[in-house]
Amino acid sequence: MKRPPQGERMFDRRLVQNFDWVLLLLLLLLAGISILNLYSATYAIREVGGSQVFVKQIYWFLIGFAVFLLMTTFNYYALERLAYPAYMVTIALLILVLLVGKVTSGSQRWLSLGAVSFQPSELSKIAMVIVLAKFFSEKHGDQGYRLRDLWRPFLLIAAPSILILKGPDLGTALLLVVVCFSMIFFVKVYWKSLMIMIVSALSVAPFVWFNLKAYQRMRILTFLRPDMDLFGSGYHINQSKIAIGSGQLWGKGFLNGTQTRLHFLPEQHTDFALSVFAEEWGFVGAVILLLIYLFLILWGLNIAKVSKDKFGSIMAVGIVAFIFWQVVINVGMVTGLLPVVGIPLLLFSYGGSSLISTMTAMGLLMNISMRRFMFQ
Amino acid sequence: MRTSDFDPISIEIFSRQLKKLTLVILLVFCVLILRFWFLQIVNGSSYRTKSENNRIHLQDIPPFRGMIADRHRETLVDNRPAYDLYVIPEEVQHREQLLERLNRLASLDPGSAALRFDADSRRYPFRPICLKRDLSRNELAMIETHRFNLPGVMIKVTPQRHYVQGDFASHLIGYVGEISETQLKSRKYPNSKPGDLIGKAGVEWKWQSHLNGVRGAEQLEVDATGRRLRVMARKAAVPGANVYLTIDQDLQAVAEEAMIGKSGAIVAMNPNNGELLALASSPSFDPNLFVGGIDRTRWQEIALSTDFPLQNRALSGQYPPASVFKIILALAALQEGIIDPEEEVLCTGIYFLGRRGYRCWKKYGHGKVNLHRALVESCDVYFYEIGKRLGIDKIGHYAKQFGLGTITGFDKDHEKPGLIPTREWKLKRWGVPWQGGETLSTAIGQSFVLVTPIQMATFISAVFNGGILYRPQATHWVGKNQNEKIFEITPEVLDKVEIETKYLEIVKRALVGVVNEPHGTGGKAKLKDITVAGKTGTAQVITLEKEKGYESEEEIPIRFRDHAWFVAVAPAENPRIALAVVVEHGGHGGSAAAPLAGKIIDAYLKGPIKVAAEGTRQLELPADH
Repeated sequence: MKRPPQGERMFDRRLVQNFDWVLLLLLLLLAGISILNLYSATYAIREVGGSQVFVKQIYWFLIGFAVFLLMTTFNYYALERLAYPAYMVTIALLILVLLVGKVTSGSQRWLSLGAVSFQPSELSKIAMVIVLAKFFSEKHGDQGYRLRDLWRPFLLIAAPSILILKGPDLGTALLLVVVCFSMIFFVKVYWKSLMIMIVSALSVAPFVWFNLKAYQRMRILTFLRPDMDLFGSGYHINQSKIAIGSGQLWGKGFLNGTQTRLHFLPEQHTDFALSVFAEEWGFVGAVILLLIYLFLILWGLNIAKVSKDKFGSIMAVGIVAFIFWQVVINVGMVTGLLPVVGIPLLLFSYGGSSLISTMTAMGLLMNISMRRFMFQ
Repeated sequence: MRTSDFDPISIEIFSRQLKKLTLVILLVFCVLILRFWFLQIVNGSSYRTKSENNRIHLQDIPPFRGMIADRHRETLVDNRPAYDLYVIPEEVQHREQLLERLNRLASLDPGSAALRFDADSRRYPFRPICLKRDLSRNELAMIETHRFNLPGVMIKVTPQRHYVQGDFASHLIGYVGEISETQLKSRKYPNSKPGDLIGKAGVEWKWQSHLNGVRGAEQLEVDATGRRLRVMARKAAVPGANVYLTIDQDLQAVAEEAMIGKSGAIVAMNPNNGELLALASSPSFDPNLFVGGIDRTRWQEIALSTDFPLQNRALSGQYPPASVFKIILALAALQEGIIDPEEEVLCTGIYFLGRRGYRCWKKYGHGKVNLHRALVESCDVYFYEIGKRLGIDKIGHYAKQFGLGTITGFDKDHEKPGLIPTREWKLKRWGVPWQGGETLSTAIGQSFVLVTPIQMATFISAVFNGGILYRPQATHWVGKNQNEKIFEITPEVLDKVEIETKYLEIVKRALVGVVNEPHGTGGKAKLKDITVAGKTGTAQVITLEKEKGYESEEEIPIRFRDHAWFVAVAPAENPRIALAVVVEHGGHGGSAAAPLAGKIIDAYLKGPIKVAAEGTRQLELPADH
């Protein structure tokens, strides 16, 4: 096996042949459904600027697909060398956002670059996936990793997580940690080390509990006992459940969701966009949407399987974990299975920053997929 | 081979792990799909009913805003019921006819009311629509008597801020108004919503978070048409805490009465702890006007008025201190040892520095004066001499010690600092170095020196309490009642002045002389049984030379007349009240300001003694509503 030629040309014929049409199709399908659903979710407020939301999201998707294509133009091997520098830059940006970030609804998450502003925490998700892929593709553990082999990845995870938590953005920090640990479990950890990790996580839990902000504690309590907060998040969950449940088998039909029309749903175009969809398209629609996500995830795992090197494979698994957890957390939240943490449904809820970072990750996945057979 | 290229062992581990992963993912998705099954298929019909027939509507219950009272717990600000006119569209038979009738009874704004009636009424025929807020007593009576003829009309009662005595202490108390867009975004007002009333100025602004209380809410079962079915859950609003001021309502009334028809400010303070007893700024305004949303012409009338009724002159009015400043010169000179109190300076009515002459206010001079006489008769020439000996740096040093030139911190967002000029300031501001003659005019409180009335009250208190500068405070305590205080405000020492007690005593004696000795400039503040000490000041608006062009004071146009100052403390032996009075364009301090000071001190010290617990109208706890 030889390394691929250094100056890989952009329009290598094999690249075109290996273009992953399935992945692109899945993304286009989700984008279409998302825009259709946003149109409905903001239909009732279209006179007061609601229509801008869905037009804006179309623009975001266009930019997203441009980013997606851009991410396929280089060989992802280059990222191996860039992994640590990119990680350091991300950490620097996270510190910067704490110092000079824009404050929105209580958290400092946005960094302003002239006309555009973005969230470094979004960037950190991708940087973490790359840096962990780099680490685990180098270290060799036949039977898996012991705890003492893992102190470096732990440090790598801790730094951005703590900075994001300082934001304070509990949801994103939690998501990052969960994605990273999914990757660690994937590369295999000794059985004993695994038990130690679980036990220590449980023993840290009370400490974390007392360091949570009052509203965060409230949300977890609300989740455990929804009757405790009938007016805050308990109310949101209740309304979301009514919206979803009332969709029944076939749904109320496009633009006919009454919960949505009458403003009973909170954040109906962002975190609770799925509730709108489930109300209007019913069980059939919800299951089809879930199956599309499932297919996307399994397709990602297939890319991990057929990738020709460990770095690409682990990176693909990381990206899959990222999709999987976001879907699970959001769906769990709107259906009342998990506490309200403010994680949007990726590729579906309104929001530019998260869409761009998702499309960047998808571009990387495509990149890995396209170069799967490039042995020479 | 790259280190990350696959080796056979890794390939095996990876594919095994991928299989496990796939299994976990499939399992989790099964759970999610089952959850949708449970919500949409198993319980679908019950949720469908809920969404169609029994929609839950969240309605706010506004909190009861805390009340504001004076030191004797007399209510200054409370809430009164406001009667709002609503109509339930579904119950109306002839819309035009009803609107026409209502218009006759309560003079609606015809266009807007009809419009609102249209927009929402089709969608939610049972949701009440507000047609007019805060009906007058007359209108309410008219509507109540014609109720049988007005189907679908209802009256809702809401609490509205009520400033009991109208424009009483309005600068201190401030007012409430609708929260602005920027304030909503600023995050300084958590849990606020558009349309909320918040404190915009004064005490209402300062204690907003305590006064406001916490909003309550009601979960109502509402049907598709907006008809209320039942209350499912209810969280009562938490009333805001009351604010108890240090102000004495009666004294405040006397102070405000004294300022009627004049522009200026009065600050009365307890010299021993900085508590404000009265704070009046004139002209003033009626905060009630702001409560229900002020109309445009009214607002412009107030905001653009040339005598600036919204300005709190006690905090942000900057005036030259004039002769009042001589107190500082005298103390500085004694402390620095540059003059013996018995040393006499000859006043011929003019003082020469180089070739230029500086006039005393008394044309033919005071003759030979020592420190005591110079203060009592306010001799300018004596203080020109002292000023020259001290130099501008020393003058500035002592003035700043007494808190002049910086805000007191009473209300740091609305206070002005005044100005104590220095050489550096002059050079930077005007680009020319300090002139010797400017030291002389500074010595009598003219030239660039500017002070605010609240600074003057703090400063004269310090002279009489042994040199302690207290931060002025208007709030006594905040809380539900006397037994449940959230916190109580204790006196706060800003600084201690470095002047020996014996020198303070000399000056205090002279200030008693100002009011009580023959030829004293403050004789009009003299009281029968009380030793008042004080100092007059007459701040020039135009130069003395121009003033001479007029035959008498009455002939000078008002805007050219001098500002009149009087600072006072009483009783001199055992001070209980310190006072700063400024009357804009009032003329001489001795004739325009001193009599007001006398009146106020008399009212405070001779008035009926009230113990805090004996307030006649005590605050009652608001009923949970």
